[in-house]
Amino acid sequence: MIRPARLLALVPALWLGAFVLLPGLIILKISLSSAATAQPPYLPVLDWSAGLEGWSSFLEALDFTNFETLLSDTLYRDAALSSLALAGLATLILALIGTPIAHAMARAPERAQPLLVALVIVPFWTSFLIRIYAWIAILKPEGLLSGALLRLGLVDRPLEVLGTQGAILIGLTYAYLPFMVLPLYAVMARLDPHLREAAADLGASPARVFWSVTLPLARLGLMAGALLCFVPMVGEFIIPDLLGGSDTLMLGRVLWSEFFSNRDWPLASAVAILMLALLVVPMVLLRDSGARPGEAGR
Amino acid sequence: MSVFGRLSLSLGLAFLYGPIFVLVAYSFNASALVTVWGGFSTRWYGVLFADGPLLAAATVSLHVGVAAAALATLFGTFAALALDRGGRFPGRPVFGGLLYVPMVMPEVVTGLALLLLFVGTGFERGLVTLVVAHATLGLGFVAVIVGARLKGIDRALEEAAADLGAGPLRVFATVTLPLIAPAVAAGFLLAFTLSLDDLVIASFVTGPGATTLPMRLYSQVRLGVNPEINAASTLLVGGVTTIVLTASWLSARPARSSVKSV
Repeated sequence: MIRPARLLALVPALWLGAFVLLPGLIILKISLSSAATAQPPYLPVLDWSAGLEGWSSFLEALDFTNFETLLSDTLYRDAALSSLALAGLATLILALIGTPIAHAMARAPERAQPLLVALVIVPFWTSFLIRIYAWIAILKPEGLLSGALLRLGLVDRPLEVLGTQGAILIGLTYAYLPFMVLPLYAVMARLDPHLREAAADLGASPARVFWSVTLPLARLGLMAGALLCFVPMVGEFIIPDLLGGSDTLMLGRVLWSEFFSNRDWPLASAVAILMLALLVVPMVLLRDSGARPGEAGR
Repeated sequence: MSVFGRLSLSLGLAFLYGPIFVLVAYSFNASALVTVWGGFSTRWYGVLFADGPLLAAATVSLHVGVAAAALATLFGTFAALALDRGGRFPGRPVFGGLLYVPMVMPEVVTGLALLLLFVGTGFERGLVTLVVAHATLGLGFVAVIVGARLKGIDRALEEAAADLGAGPLRVFATVTLPLIAPAVAAGFLLAFTLSLDDLVIASFVTGPGATTLPMRLYSQVRLGVNPEINAASTLLVGGVTTIVLTASWLSARPARSSVKSV
């Protein structure tokens, strides 16, 4: 039987081919080009009219200079390392604070659970830019956190948090907490309560039950949550830009400034390719883990 | 729930909502200093509604959001139907993969890649490129939401309609579509929210004269904290919260009623 539903794939397939696949190939090609003061600002440009000859001269003109720059210039290496380190550390913090929250949600009275889920989802869909902006007023030296600590006498001079790596970590943890809690909750809410009861009947303390029963069973949710946080955090731009100092480099911000400030499109493309190379393994794992950002948002 | 559980939940929710409450509270601050309370006032809302460029940017965002969400909903629903009902067609894994890419790709990469495409093909940048980029971003999310709903539909309903002589189009219009309509509506609202929220991709693909609300807010935020942005943020947070609650109500409600009818 011919399935008419298959034909429906044609339109979105063409759209995705044109606006996902093709741009991906273009970014790869331009990362192998060199910057030029022309419009568009890179060389070589493929000359379609020259046919096969145009292709061969185009291929000969490609070079790997941009990638050599990325690997030899410490700026880019440091940016890559600090992106991975900050994203990794934030993921760890999120796992530590997200697990007890998700666990408590799954143990809450059944009537209250949909409300709790909604309470976690609302900030997740609320303007990212605004939620990060909110932290500026809290973290700046004359801000609320510093003021409160001064008044309590816990510190004796204004706190310099804004513009440090600590501020970036706070921002990452804050912005991505729902990404960690929702997949963990989804797994924990489905666990069979009898397993916990059996462990408790056999004399395990609540902490022991959590460590030996609940956590091992929920590890897939933990894994999905960690990947769901880690992947976008590595490429994050808004958080390091608004909360970090000028000396904190993350790849997303480097790409942005290569593009918008230095107008070096080929180098920006090479940074994008580098970012993808770093993220391809976690992205494939994320896909296989079955956690999709869209599902977390429902 | 244990004491520890209650404590984790309370602290977690306080962490999530604290900054938002601070933001909203200071939008009603009479003082121009964001960290000094000068009494209750709505003056910043007055300033906001007299801010021409900001209102123009909000209008651009609304137009782009509606157009992008409409395209994303149409194509995303098509994609979900093809994946759920199309069986194993050639290229299915590639199709599924491409659908998934914009959802996980760092925004800076998506933005740069699309911009390079538009420049390379000589496409004039502006509202149209914004709509195309945001539709691409939302498509996968719609497909996931509608796909989940399609999986939950009892195929016997469609088969019964077909047995009674309805053609495939008629089956779709009278049986399938009404059943998935809440998910389609939820998908539309979420695609709209994504578009309304996006700063990074929009900054890359926009052209002269097409400044979106997040782009305008971002350029103001870079200059420092200012109570007018708090007022704008409060309205935006209120709007998005309403949309999200509507979307989750829409996608949750029919699932419950179908459980009851079983």
